[in-house]
Amino acid sequence: MMITIRYFGLLTEVTGCTSEKINFSGTTIFDVKEVLFQKYKTLKNKDFQVAQNNELNTDKTKITSTEIALLPPFAGG
Amino acid sequence: MNRYNRHIILSEIGLEGQYKLNNAKVLVIGAGGLGCPVLQYLAAAGIGTLGIIDFDIVSESNLQRQILFGFSSLGINKAIAAKKRLEDLNTSISIHAYPEKLNHKNSVSLFKEYDIIVDGTDNFKTRYLVSDACIITKKPLVYAGIYKFEGQVSVFNYKNGPSYRCLFPNPPKEEEIPNCSEIGVLGVLPGIIGSLQATEVIKIILNLGKILSGKVLYYNSLNHQSNLIKVSRSEKEIQKVIDLAGIFENLDEGIRCKVKNNNITLKEALTKKNIQWIDVRNDTDQIINYPEIIQIPFEYLEQNLHKIDKNKEQVVFCHAGIMSKKAVSILQKHQIEDSFSLKNGAFEVMDYFKNK
Repeated sequence: MMITIRYFGLLTEVTGCTSEKINFSGTTIFDVKEVLFQKYKTLKNKDFQVAQNNELNTDKTKITSTEIALLPPFAGG
Repeated sequence: MNRYNRHIILSEIGLEGQYKLNNAKVLVIGAGGLGCPVLQYLAAAGIGTLGIIDFDIVSESNLQRQILFGFSSLGINKAIAAKKRLEDLNTSISIHAYPEKLNHKNSVSLFKEYDIIVDGTDNFKTRYLVSDACIITKKPLVYAGIYKFEGQVSVFNYKNGPSYRCLFPNPPKEEEIPNCSEIGVLGVLPGIIGSLQATEVIKIILNLGKILSGKVLYYNSLNHQSNLIKVSRSEKEIQKVIDLAGIFENLDEGIRCKVKNNNITLKEALTKKNIQWIDVRNDTDQIINYPEIIQIPFEYLEQNLHKIDKNKEQVVFCHAGIMSKKAVSILQKHQIEDSFSLKNGAFEVMDYFKNK
């Protein structure tokens, strides 16, 4: 299925976009991350949380939404 | 009370609400991009006691967004300069300036004197310190962070709600996350995000509306998209901090993490005696004719370590202080410990050498 991934903060520097659609055949957040780590090698070194349906997920959470957000912390002030 | 007329005539605030504001004590950590608008609105709203802690001084590049300061504040400590400006804005409140660095030792006793803590800092180390000290002193924390055109805001430790560590359990590796001075920030962005923080402070004091607790707001100024993400309380993460309460004040930064501050300004660099300057810019083909400076492009650094005089202190610079930070990590990996990354980059160094 096609899912939309949204990137925030410095993750957009890694991916070069704020959102994109990917073709996805896995079942969990872990699977989504694996696909993205394949696509963007340096993403693995970044700290972020993953959310769908506006809730934070763990690696084991099942994909139930067609939109996933990758949320990093912001240091600036 | 004429000053507060527009508050008092709001039925949701009234005279009673205004008295609550006048009796509140709020501590703002950092009088920078976020701290300035927070302080400005809280002082104007008549928060009776305001504390400002900041060790830094006002520099010209701050004026693009740090709206409490003007030309006459340059070179003055930010907490003191902010206090001076706010005393002119509102003579009836009391303002305490702490021109010092927040650390494990001073945070707990300082936080205990206030009702609400506002995080306007610009680095993860201090953010985790603020968060942990708020957990230990049981103070609500009005948090925000910014990145280029985006901001995030939340209220932590509010009525048994989640803490910062429930959202992000561990600090990221510092060198990976650039701050405003390295990557740039839209000047008005901290104005927007800091104003949201001030709003939350006032709502907490007045018990008004829905407090941004248990949720983090992500806001993007380029498309005005905002997302409210739910955050749950993690007892495990909070307990880890509470367990440190007995020894917290002794958790000197040096003990907790061995890495010293290797990120320095030109002024700090010039206090060192035996310096070797290293230019790690990859894209400069210009030969620099100063014997004190050696040029080793970042990508060839590891192959050229023999060129580095280990008896000297290394001050590494690039364009904007990001690559030089990575270079310093590489040098330290190779036991070249006395190496420092210059925050503001080559421009300042060249200027210094030209005028030497």
